[in-house]
Amino acid sequence: MNRNQLNIRLMSGNEACAEAALIAGMRFFAGYPITPSTEIAEILSRRLPKVKGVFIQMEDEIASMASVIGASLAGVKSMTATSGPGFSLMQENIGFAIMAEIPCVVVNVQRGGPSTGLPTNPAQGDVMQARWGTHGDHPAIVVAPGTVNQVFEWTIKAFNLSEYYRIPVIMLLDEIVSHINEKVILPDPSSLAIINRKHTTKMPGEYIPYQNNANMVPEFIEFGLGYHYHVTGLSHDESGFPTNTPGIVNKLIRRLNDKIEKHRHQIIKLKTEFVDDADTFIIAYGSTARSAHFVARMNRAKGIKIGFIQPLVLWPFPGKEIADIVKNAKSIIVPEMNLGQLSHEIECACARPVISVNRVDGNMITPEDILERL
Amino acid sequence: MFPYSKYLRTNRLPHIWCTGCGCGIILKAMLRAVDRSGIDRNTLIFVSGIGCSSRTPGYIDFDTLHTTHGRALAFATGIKLAKPEMKVIVLTGDGDACAIGGNHFIHAARRNLDLTVILYNNRIYGMTGGQPSPTTPYGEKGTTAPYGSIEPSFDVCRLAAAAGAVFVARSTCYHATQLDKLILKAMNIKGFSLVEILSPCPTYYAHLNRLGTSLDLLMGYKRNSIPVEKARRLDPSELKDKIVTGVIYKTERPEYFEEYHKLQQGITENGRLR
Ligand SMILES: Cc1ncc(C[n+]2csc(CCOP(=O)(O)OP(=O)(O)O)c2C)c(N)n1
Ligand code: SF4
Repeated sequence: MNRNQLNIRLMSGNEACAEAALIAGMRFFAGYPITPSTEIAEILSRRLPKVKGVFIQMEDEIASMASVIGASLAGVKSMTATSGPGFSLMQENIGFAIMAEIPCVVVNVQRGGPSTGLPTNPAQGDVMQARWGTHGDHPAIVVAPGTVNQVFEWTIKAFNLSEYYRIPVIMLLDEIVSHINEKVILPDPSSLAIINRKHTTKMPGEYIPYQNNANMVPEFIEFGLGYHYHVTGLSHDESGFPTNTPGIVNKLIRRLNDKIEKHRHQIIKLKTEFVDDADTFIIAYGSTARSAHFVARMNRAKGIKIGFIQPLVLWPFPGKEIADIVKNAKSIIVPEMNLGQLSHEIECACARPVISVNRVDGNMITPEDILERL
Repeated sequence: MFPYSKYLRTNRLPHIWCTGCGCGIILKAMLRAVDRSGIDRNTLIFVSGIGCSSRTPGYIDFDTLHTTHGRALAFATGIKLAKPEMKVIVLTGDGDACAIGGNHFIHAARRNLDLTVILYNNRIYGMTGGQPSPTTPYGEKGTTAPYGSIEPSFDVCRLAAAAGAVFVARSTCYHATQLDKLILKAMNIKGFSLVEILSPCPTYYAHLNRLGTSLDLLMGYKRNSIPVEKARRLDPSELKDKIVTGVIYKTERPEYFEEYHKLQQGITENGRLR
């Protein structure tokens, strides 16, 4: 394509997220203002009415998450965006969406925590909360882009994964990736693969809302079409009604988890560079991957055999895949803006210690921070 | 007899409610109202929270959503905004709507989105075994208020009216035939409507407060109720401990989605969307 024909824009991560969500077909947004995510709500409050979508500012994040689920159950692709304190409030209803298998996207722009913490500074302290924040044994899909281009691409992918697997997908951004402005090459929307949830072709009366399928994802039908079915957060049988029969509950919980675990190879995505002959690896995600990538490139130029791995999907955790790449490594460096949440997972997966480079002071991890530990 | 089974998931029966519970009386009144409304049942969606009362949707044959404790109105808001052509009815308890869901309750009323709320008020937390709720009268007992509640209680109808509801009514399970009429009226309102229904919980409320059987509670509703028309002529001091029944409050205000729809059509107060 000719350079003049390219649709190039200067955008922040939050802008890219909002624009990509609209392209993915999102037409319902509910949220509650919180730094550093607020621009997503501001942009969508302007844009959604113009495309016959709905924006609503709810009374809190609990209500935001609830109304997102309601809208999705009525057939509309839905999302919310928040940061740490609001993400904590959403947990109960995220569990509901997992249990009732209602697709939606939850953006969490991470800031320093715990509690109100550092409202305007970046952090990556919600990696474990994104995985285990809601109670009970449950599956999770969590994506963590590190550049504005990646935010754009992975917002669309987040919707696709959510629609396909009927699960809330968590997007872990951070203050840096949300507020940085970068050049984005906007793809021609018609060139993008957009996945929509599979609607049943069965008639009312024949439809069994939570019937297992070859791919373990039940077929969907929206409310309001005469199917008269029941949705609950209680343990339920395939018909959707509550049960505490151990065999049925066991099947449900295992299917919900297997639905993601057995498809992990289709979900996970690692970006790698210089890994083939590397003896030292830097593994980083989110905005920290920017510094990590810089260090890898700089050292390669000096002839040092360093490899770069960026997991774009954090959960399901790509442990086996990472272990495979780094099996002959002399050393593994994992920088992250927390006290080692993913480092620990990588150590377990690779069955060896890693060098964890950490910051929890509200500042990004610089290339120098990583270089010091090389 | 009214053909209830036409609207019931009969294969889900027997229900979980205790003998003498008011939930069944409300369920039946609601089905009579639905029948009389003539509304296409495929356009009705029932949403509930958590509690004995919130189990109602499981037994009625419509699209039904049983959500998390206190959040039914927020889920219903999403459904209604995604499909404004649907009639969305929210079934909730006094704890569900006024304690954990109190914030959603006042804000849903304030927005005046077109939702009908049927609030089963048994003045106690039934599902968890009899703890006091925000509508437990001062001095009455619950399992975590063993010496009697020292908190004053909410007047749910005044709360809703003050917050912005456009239709507010109250009745009791004794007045079963009045219930369907009030529910039907509420359903025909465009905007946030509330019907609060005093409902007996013999198992916990009556038992813990030594108030006798379900029948005793129902007879108490009969004795203590005053139609709103009559109540208006009485001095407030004469209304102490009385249950004022009927349409308590009615007004007109722009409905939320009607306002939002104007934005979707590109119209704002001072012209077009830029
Ligand atoms: C977040 C949360 N907290 C507590 C509970 C436990 N719980 C279940 S029902 C209930 C009270 C229900 O009382 P009410 O709304 O009055 O309904 P009733 O059972 O009396 O009909 C409580 C506290 C819960 N399910 N979820
Ligand atoms: S505990 Fe009370 S409210 Fe619950 S079913 Fe029994 S009587 Fe009804």
